[in-house]
Amino acid sequence: MSKFEIQKRSHSEVTILDIYGELDAHTAPVLEKELQQLIEKNFVHIVVNGSGLEYISSAGLGVFMAYIEDIRSQSGDIKISCLKPKVFNVFDLLGFPTLYDIVDNEDEAITRFK
Amino acid sequence: MPSIKEHTLHISASTEELEVIRTFVADHAREFGFGEAEISDITLCVDEACTNIIKHAYQWKKGKPIHIQLAMKGNEMLVTIIDEGKPFDPDKYEVPTLEEQLSQKKRSGYGILLIRKLMDHVEYLNRRSRNEIRMTKKR
Repeated sequence: MSKFEIQKRSHSEVTILDIYGELDAHTAPVLEKELQQLIEKNFVHIVVNGSGLEYISSAGLGVFMAYIEDIRSQSGDIKISCLKPKVFNVFDLLGFPTLYDIVDNEDEAITRFK
Repeated sequence: MPSIKEHTLHISASTEELEVIRTFVADHAREFGFGEAEISDITLCVDEACTNIIKHAYQWKKGKPIHIQLAMKGNEMLVTIIDEGKPFDPDKYEVPTLEEQLSQKKRSGYGILLIRKLMDHVEYLNRRSRNEIRMTKKR
């Protein structure tokens, strides 16, 4: 069974989600629930650190797509950082870099909120 | 005649099985001599096709069958995926645009787009309540 895990950290007003494992149709609800909870609490400055993400399918990308408008409407954003090349490739194939900030490292992602 | 190597996986339609499906495809693509980037592409496309079967053809009903066959003929891998659910009509498929999807909070249709982008050829067949997806990738 696919394994996926999220660990949460804070840096000033920014919430950092370290995501690990495989994000597919089976595990996507885990990320979905986490984002829903952050939106409810108005923690909408979110950095995703994907250094531990080994795999993503369109079901995983769908979670980022489903909540970004809600987050941006609350003056927040999701910045995505540290993706492995094979994972970034999937984001890139679907045109994500034109509509999402996808950066190489976490510090740069945090800086983009300043 | 080039020799043909084949492997088959019969599995129950459930997202719990996606990891098993990916491992099966990746292991045999590697055995067939594909490079790591191509293995990732093929594995993703089979995951996407099976996810669509679970979600759309079987509408999340568990326990329904999915059959996956991998065959290597010459320098080309043929992936055949068979289900017995609701047929998919590729003529009704519209390529989604990210801007529209975000504004309408939609998130479907991307699996097929990835398959079209990453595989060399894709076709859909429907015979006697069996749906068949055939996709090929050259080594």
